[in-house]
Amino acid sequence: MENEKLSLPNYNIPEDIQNVVAITTLDRLYNWGRRSSVWPLMFGLACCAIEMIAAQTARYDMARFGMEVMRPTPRQADMMLVSGTVTKKMLPSIVRLYNQMPEPKYVVAMGACASSGGPFKEGYNVVAGIDKFLPVDVYIPGCPPTPQALIAGLIKLQEKIDKQSIKTVRWYDKNKADSNYVPMPILGPDLIDVRRNEEYKKAAATKESAS
Amino acid sequence: MTAPASTQTVDLAARFPESVTADTRPGFAGFIVKKENLLEVATAIRDEFGYDLLTAVTGVDYLAENKMEVVYHAYKTTGGPGLIFRVQVERADPVEVPSVTGIWLGAEYQEREAWDLMGIKFSGHPDLRRILMWEGFEGHPLRKDWKEAFFEEEVKPFKSRWPDGQHTYAEFKNPFRDNLSFPENFDPEKYEPENEKDLYASLENHTLKGEGGLKTDQIVVNMGPHHPSTHGVLRVAVTLEGETIMGLKPVMGYLHRNHDKIGERNTYLQIIPYTDRLDYFNSMSNNFGYCTTVEKLMKIPVAERAEYIRVIMAELSRIQNHLIFIGMLMNDLGTMYTPSLYAFEERELILDIFEAVSGARMMCNYFRFGGVVRDIPDDVLQKIKDLVVERIPAKTDEMERFLNDNEVLMGRLKGIHVINAEDAIKYSVTGPVLRAAGIPYDLRRADPYSIYDRFDFDVAVRYNGDLLDNYLIRFDEIRQSLRIVEQALKGMPQGPINSQKPAYQVRVPAGEAYGRIESPKGELAFYIVSNGKPNPYRYHVRPASFVNMTAIEHICRGSKIQDFVALLAMLDIVMGELDR
Ligand code: SF4
Repeated sequence: MENEKLSLPNYNIPEDIQNVVAITTLDRLYNWGRRSSVWPLMFGLACCAIEMIAAQTARYDMARFGMEVMRPTPRQADMMLVSGTVTKKMLPSIVRLYNQMPEPKYVVAMGACASSGGPFKEGYNVVAGIDKFLPVDVYIPGCPPTPQALIAGLIKLQEKIDKQSIKTVRWYDKNKADSNYVPMPILGPDLIDVRRNEEYKKAAATKESAS
Repeated sequence: MTAPASTQTVDLAARFPESVTADTRPGFAGFIVKKENLLEVATAIRDEFGYDLLTAVTGVDYLAENKMEVVYHAYKTTGGPGLIFRVQVERADPVEVPSVTGIWLGAEYQEREAWDLMGIKFSGHPDLRRILMWEGFEGHPLRKDWKEAFFEEEVKPFKSRWPDGQHTYAEFKNPFRDNLSFPENFDPEKYEPENEKDLYASLENHTLKGEGGLKTDQIVVNMGPHHPSTHGVLRVAVTLEGETIMGLKPVMGYLHRNHDKIGERNTYLQIIPYTDRLDYFNSMSNNFGYCTTVEKLMKIPVAERAEYIRVIMAELSRIQNHLIFIGMLMNDLGTMYTPSLYAFEERELILDIFEAVSGARMMCNYFRFGGVVRDIPDDVLQKIKDLVVERIPAKTDEMERFLNDNEVLMGRLKGIHVINAEDAIKYSVTGPVLRAAGIPYDLRRADPYSIYDRFDFDVAVRYNGDLLDNYLIRFDEIRQSLRIVEQALKGMPQGPINSQKPAYQVRVPAGEAYGRIESPKGELAFYIVSNGKPNPYRYHVRPASFVNMTAIEHICRGSKIQDFVALLAMLDIVMGELDR
């Protein structure tokens, strides 16, 4: 497993100090620190947010996994938990929040709505999944996912963090500095994703002839 | 028993023979008012006939008849059945109807919604802008000839999405391969966004002017849509002078999930799970309101045992809602987390009961037309009993003891005025906020539905209309709800839990119905027009949060910015219901 390779330094400790010294990799240490203090953005969109709050409270207690420090400002957050229906009207704000988060940052799509539009997919104001705009790390199914499911999803995220290596992660790579920047969508006659302008133009020009 | 909302106690047509006719369509009630005379008639309805509370204003688009209709439901705060009157105009884009905001201020946001979603222009409206969608959006979505980008068929159930064993995606049917629709030859690069000029212009128009003396600068602050104390994705643009709020405009629609439009495509049964997601704290109450309305249309009775189950569930829901309200209020006031942890602990126990009866913690989908979907097992009944007799009363007392002796809390709540009785009625505010202002208007008593007339309970009422009363009245209501549940548990008979056979399709005769219940947040009502088909022709939700929000400008202007979150919290809004 990749994870094990990252954690085992492959270095022989002389026998006489084996009980005194432990050796691990920098990756392991670095990941351990990050995975145990993932600070989520305090950010609720809809019904799923209520289950997110419930997961913070006494019975489920997300603090056991180092995730209880909800940060209302994106500048201090590591993880965006998209908890609820993403509407077109809200999307520019979500993208802005995401862009304001410092690297390393993760996105967890909680619930059917954030993953795909869910029960409201057909709605005219609904974005069919946040992954159309942001890179999602973990999807949690459910409507709403129970707090247990949410915690299971977050443990998955921790497993993902465990597999990352300091040598290859994008946020230390000078050339990839802005690789995660998402251009702001615009609210026009409908939602305009500026990355797809050309496509829209083409489709709009042929729209009449097609239908 | 339930008084049908259509019972007329006044004869408007006799009073205005020239301009009012009775609505004689089968299944419909009320009066049709000529557009030119609307304001005159409406004034008489309020002043002469005493219908001081305008609860709902909404539009209906009769495409086949080339007509658009605006329906008004007015009630008396002294109780009793309501009065329905409507204006019919020829269909155009846009149609024009005079605004009744001069008579009932509570119509303001509802008329904006009708403009936004149906393209009905209300002349004389003080601030007619889009409310749920953004300015610049193309079209008015609730018109019957407007189709969403993922349009498949007029109504559900849709044809198979797996024709010939091949799966198709909604995306493939759209030229933009997404949930988008742009006008023909649209060029996104040349598009100039609106940039909310209208919002700020309107904010400026509705700002108080400073009172001479020292000249100060006003600043505009935007709170939300991402803000921890706006209870979801609400945004408020505030003009401040020092610490005083001089003007404010809420911006909503950040969670507008097109409930009405999706509802009109769904079959009656399919709507029930969607109503769960309106006020997501109280899915049981939402189910209750919706099923009551459809039952009214179908004219079917509800099984006796189910009536009791319904009341128990609705009241348990109210208890946990108010507990959360108290916890969240403390969060907003700065007692971060501890009180809300106490509240959530009790809530979990109530959710356990919901889960035991319905299978889901939050989205219960438990009610059916004529009853409920599953019976309550005896051990769950015992659990409920233990909760309402022992645990929750003790915990409520404990919470009250912990909080109400706190000087800081009292200092922040006492004497901060929210709204007085007169204004609350004018702004169509309902629920605990109205009752804290001294009006004992509770639909469980004022316009009884289900079997609430069998229980002995008091309508919680307080008289100061300040933050403290608004806060304490929640404790009163918890105690009354506990009383109701206790009695319901005692009186619950054995028997079937549904008066109907389970069915995927129900037959709903043509007509209209307006069903209202006392949800924990105020009056929750559904307005449904049926044309006899398996889907509602018009489906409209009148949520308490949305209409109560109409008063927010009035409530907050002139108060201090630090009280703003507390004032907002008192309205107990929830975005799923507010934006739908
Ligand atoms: S997935 Fe379900 S519970 Fe979550 S936001 Fe969407 S509708 Fe609400």
